[in-house]
Amino acid sequence: MPTTTDTQELIAALTPEETAEIAAEIAHVPEPASAMIEALRIVQRHRGWVSDQSVVAIARMLGTSTAEVDSVATFYNLIFRQPVGRHVVMYCDSVSCYVMGCDQLRVALQEKLGIEPGETTSDGRFTLLPIVCLGACDHAPAMMIDEDLILDAAPQKLDAVFGRYT
Amino acid sequence: MTTQPLTERIAAASGASVDLAAYERAGGYTAARQALTTMTPKEVQDLVKKANLRGRGGAGFPTGQKWSFVPFGEAAGPGHKYLVCNADEMEPGTFKDRYLMEFDPHLLVEGMVIAAYAIGADRAFIFLRGEYHGCARALKRAIAEASAKGYLGANAFGSGFSVELAPHLSGGRYICGEETALLNALESRRAQPRSKPPFPPASGAWGRPSVVNNVETLCNVPAIVRNGADWFVGLGRGADAGTKLFGVSGRVKRPGLWELPMGTPIREILDVHAGGMQDGYKFKGLLPGGASTDFLVEQHLDLAMDYGTIQAAGSRMGTGTMTVIDDSVCIVDLSRNLQHFFAQESCGFCTPCREGLPWLEQLLADLEAGRGQPGDLDVIATNAQLIGTPGNTFCLHATGAIEPLASAMKYFRDEFEAHIREHGCPLRTAEAAAAGGR
Repeated sequence: MPTTTDTQELIAALTPEETAEIAAEIAHVPEPASAMIEALRIVQRHRGWVSDQSVVAIARMLGTSTAEVDSVATFYNLIFRQPVGRHVVMYCDSVSCYVMGCDQLRVALQEKLGIEPGETTSDGRFTLLPIVCLGACDHAPAMMIDEDLILDAAPQKLDAVFGRYT
Repeated sequence: MTTQPLTERIAAASGASVDLAAYERAGGYTAARQALTTMTPKEVQDLVKKANLRGRGGAGFPTGQKWSFVPFGEAAGPGHKYLVCNADEMEPGTFKDRYLMEFDPHLLVEGMVIAAYAIGADRAFIFLRGEYHGCARALKRAIAEASAKGYLGANAFGSGFSVELAPHLSGGRYICGEETALLNALESRRAQPRSKPPFPPASGAWGRPSVVNNVETLCNVPAIVRNGADWFVGLGRGADAGTKLFGVSGRVKRPGLWELPMGTPIREILDVHAGGMQDGYKFKGLLPGGASTDFLVEQHLDLAMDYGTIQAAGSRMGTGTMTVIDDSVCIVDLSRNLQHFFAQESCGFCTPCREGLPWLEQLLADLEAGRGQPGDLDVIATNAQLIGTPGNTFCLHATGAIEPLASAMKYFRDEFEAHIREHGCPLRTAEAAAAGGR
């Protein structure tokens, strides 16, 4: 994780685009700090993850402490406080997918990508993570790559699926 | 009149999302117009009470009654009132709200306009699962379309009533589905449940009167306004009113989701709609409405899926989407999977849940791996009772975690004992062991 605390970088930590998007979210809520999760999601959408600098920058923009922002950022599993690959692969490991073979899917994913859950491929293309029920239990096992829900994710389908993500 | 008010438009759209034009052709937004321009909020509340609409998120609380707790006028004090739709569908095995929002988003928007009017809320949020990107796109489009038509926002339908509606995408965590944790998450705090009372209608989002309703609950409201309370009551087959989205997943021939009369027997859902078990697999048990509901077994299959009947059998109808367990599934390892979920998703605020659930997961993993000791089942049972007794923990997360475990030990005791006696899982083949349960 980057460790620089250079002031210029902190100020530059939010782009004008990010700042404008966060400001639009603040308009929906009674106090700026109530847009914190939206702010974290916005930064992550632009950068893939939320760095220490971004935490500081969000805290400043929302008028709250960095500790508060970090306590929220680390509570929620969809906020990444470490860099991830260009694509995040999430396989469901909840009960219906368990019954329909998510363990076999996980093993296939690990073999195909050459990484364990929580790791990123050396070319920075994929990060592999478990996820809870994706609400697609009638098409289990289910997985998600970035914003795409993948149904009936049989191990033999993985090559074709991965081909769509460069 | 229709017998499938929730899904008839989706069926007609054959795979596409129902757009505004199609929704209006099917009578969409006439109910909201009718409610806002010809009824008082109290009349809407009374209608929904009379229709006996109960919460479809799992708890089954009477919706009209919940609305009636919201103060009006001076009693409400200065500031906003909030309607929050709980669209944080994270109960494992549940896949009904995603379907409604993705394929008929205007139905939820219309239901929320009516509900907001009934409680006098000028602000409304859809608290949406962070992974539901398709729903987010559909709802944002629907909100923009409805706003452009004047069905939402300032002076909706020219009625003088105004309500703003915005989606909030969750940062993730199952506990956000608990309504007070959801309110904390909506405020961008850590999603820890709040002390109750006060309940949300007295003090909810940002300390203001608020109502939290599930997606399917709100989606029932337009048709109740349009067709009346008696019609809605008549849709149910037993004590409960209306239809219900019932789902089946697991090794059945046709996993899926169907809108059926409330009170449809389990066996009918499994055999007629889901097509029965896949060839080569036998029915072993089911979770009737999500991971936090007690197992039901063969002897329960003729029970009606309604709140009271399933509760009398020692379980809960929950979300009404069942997970079927077949004879190839080891109940001990399945229990480990379930406890892994609940341990991971504990918010960590109180000790029995934060420390107890991982311990139970570990004990179950030990049983599965052949490290079980005589006496382990008593340790599990004792701790399950301590952790699962309401009042021993701050919210009902741990209670929900224990429901499938305690019932698994009740109905499948011999399987648990065999794991100790045979120093491991009788079902587990060498191949499965190599693939590795976690």
